[in-house]
Amino acid sequence: MAARTSGDLKLVGLSKSFESFTAVHPLDLVIPEGSFFALLGPSGCGKTTTLRMVAGLEQPTEGRILIGDTDITDTRAHQRNVNTVFQSYALFPHMNVMDNVAFGLRRRGDKDATRKANEALELVQLGEVARKKPSQLSGGMQQRVALARAVVNRPDVLLLDEPLGALDLKLRRQMQIELKRIRQELGLTFIHVTHDQEEAMTMADTIAVMNAGRLEQLGDPATLYEHPASTFVANFLGQSNLLRATVAGPGHHGEVLVKAHESLLRVEADHIPAQCTDIWLGVRPEKLRLGEHGGPNRLEGQVTDVSFSGVATQYLVRMPWGQEMTVVQQNDGSDRARQGDDVTVSWAAEHGFALDAAQAADAGVEGEG
Amino acid sequence: MTAGAATAGGGPTLTGPATRRPVRRGRWIPYALLAPGLLWLAVFFVAPMVTLGSQSLQEGNVDEGYAFTGNVGIYGDALRRYWPQLLRSLGYAATATVLTLLLAYPLAYFIAQKAGRWKNILLVLVIAPFFTSFLIRTLAWRTILSDTGPVTELAQRTGFTTVLQAVGLTNNDTLLASKFAVICGLTYNFLPFMILPLYASLERLDSRLVEAAGDLYASPWQAFRRVTWPLSLPGVVAGTLLTFIPSAGDYINSRLLGNTQTVMIGQVIDSQFLRVLDYPLAAALSFVLLIMIVTLVAFYVRRAGTEELV
Repeated sequence: MAARTSGDLKLVGLSKSFESFTAVHPLDLVIPEGSFFALLGPSGCGKTTTLRMVAGLEQPTEGRILIGDTDITDTRAHQRNVNTVFQSYALFPHMNVMDNVAFGLRRRGDKDATRKANEALELVQLGEVARKKPSQLSGGMQQRVALARAVVNRPDVLLLDEPLGALDLKLRRQMQIELKRIRQELGLTFIHVTHDQEEAMTMADTIAVMNAGRLEQLGDPATLYEHPASTFVANFLGQSNLLRATVAGPGHHGEVLVKAHESLLRVEADHIPAQCTDIWLGVRPEKLRLGEHGGPNRLEGQVTDVSFSGVATQYLVRMPWGQEMTVVQQNDGSDRARQGDDVTVSWAAEHGFALDAAQAADAGVEGEG
Repeated sequence: MTAGAATAGGGPTLTGPATRRPVRRGRWIPYALLAPGLLWLAVFFVAPMVTLGSQSLQEGNVDEGYAFTGNVGIYGDALRRYWPQLLRSLGYAATATVLTLLLAYPLAYFIAQKAGRWKNILLVLVIAPFFTSFLIRTLAWRTILSDTGPVTELAQRTGFTTVLQAVGLTNNDTLLASKFAVICGLTYNFLPFMILPLYASLERLDSRLVEAAGDLYASPWQAFRRVTWPLSLPGVVAGTLLTFIPSAGDYINSRLLGNTQTVMIGQVIDSQFLRVLDYPLAAALSFVLLIMIVTLVAFYVRRAGTEELV
């Protein structure tokens, strides 16, 4: 990993307003040098606008952008040592693959452009198509050319604007692994904009979840998933069962008792936001067990739907108060329930998380998938 | 062919005779569709060209009639007598083409990429002059450039006329009846033929490619030179051909706006055909002009390498 002189990317109070609406509310972020950072959110949440401001393609309304100690806010796109892999790839149709990849190097007068471009093409395993035109390549190959064209310049920050959006699922998985490999080889800072929560979690060290122009939560994938700070994050990253509950009193071993629909349930005390008595109690579907072996928290219900998906089975269990809880069981050889069965759903105290009940329970649901 | 292939591919369940009939009928369709166009070209292009060609090789006069003698020498004669007008025509046409390109490119770029909701209105304004006749629009330039008009007055005051006279574009202190006026007229009259193909090319230009060039360290000028310009070349080639070819053969602008020293080859052909009534010479001159233009265009298209373009 080559030592870089640049440093962390800092966004300070960065905002962007268009005539009628604010795309990005003042945003403060520090993206550590060499990290794989994902900006995650539904379409229209401001993630692409943020990316374009970093690239220099959009002028921020307010705020500063710094790489290390250098303020780059007022520089033009071509003056920034930042490159973008565009969602549409934006390959130059009149140039062959080689000239596309060498474009940035040649603009900077690099004498070694051809050799470096060849190396970059080898890196994305496209050495043999250097003389072809982009239109002669498949979507996946074009995507790799776009990637090579950006990384060949060794930018301080590489911006990826939903670069895998146009690829089919299998190719996308392959490219995700490829992207991780290339980043490890080059040690560049990657900022990846995506609306695909699975992609963000697979690839990034740190994820910033954005919603309606604001930062919802920042953290590593596991923290965001296990301890979402809002119902939006709980629903946008994976699925959540949210139960309306009130804090009933302290329990044993650092636990708190909460009452949800006449049932007393246990949650770890530090999972409950301070000064909250009305809460949404959340549990991830795969943390729930059918039967009583999952933990001390138990609810009775009836199976209304069974979907078998190979590695796991997903059940919908209707609670007496009408809510349907989603339960995902690993296909590990244990007995499967059938539709209509009366079952007990159980989970451990440490698997619950609590959110302020002032929020809408369905925030971020439509962003799913 | 296409119809037959489609039937064969889509109809493995059909029986033999049922497939054969649509195939036979399908073969007629392309020729039937081509026929009117081919007939039109045969009657109104090939036939006149052959007539003109044979006419150029005839000898005689209007009163006694013409007879075919295979007089190839007329071509050498035509070139010897009228080479200044031929060269002048090509020179004026080239100058006007370059000027229209310089005027049209920024305008077409603006309409295609920046005009937003004004796009259609601006396009209508570009086409609007066609609602008046070519002749009237050219006559209007006589008024615009008239010796006592405000344009001439302004040009005189700013010393522009002095500059024009110094570089030989005008002969005196006025604008009309000069090379300058003829080139202005040609430029004006053929400007829409340059704007429209350029617009079509630039309208298709993906602005994200220009953004990508900027992202890859290209300054705005470099982004134009490396991305916008090469991608608009099909429009540039089409526009320059549509401007150059008709203006090389034009005879209205030089007659209405020029003088005896600005006579273009179109004027010569016109007068040989309609006033002097020397048909063989007029026909030979037409062919010389045709051959010169075709040769130039062939070289030009070759250089521009249109087949390489997207």
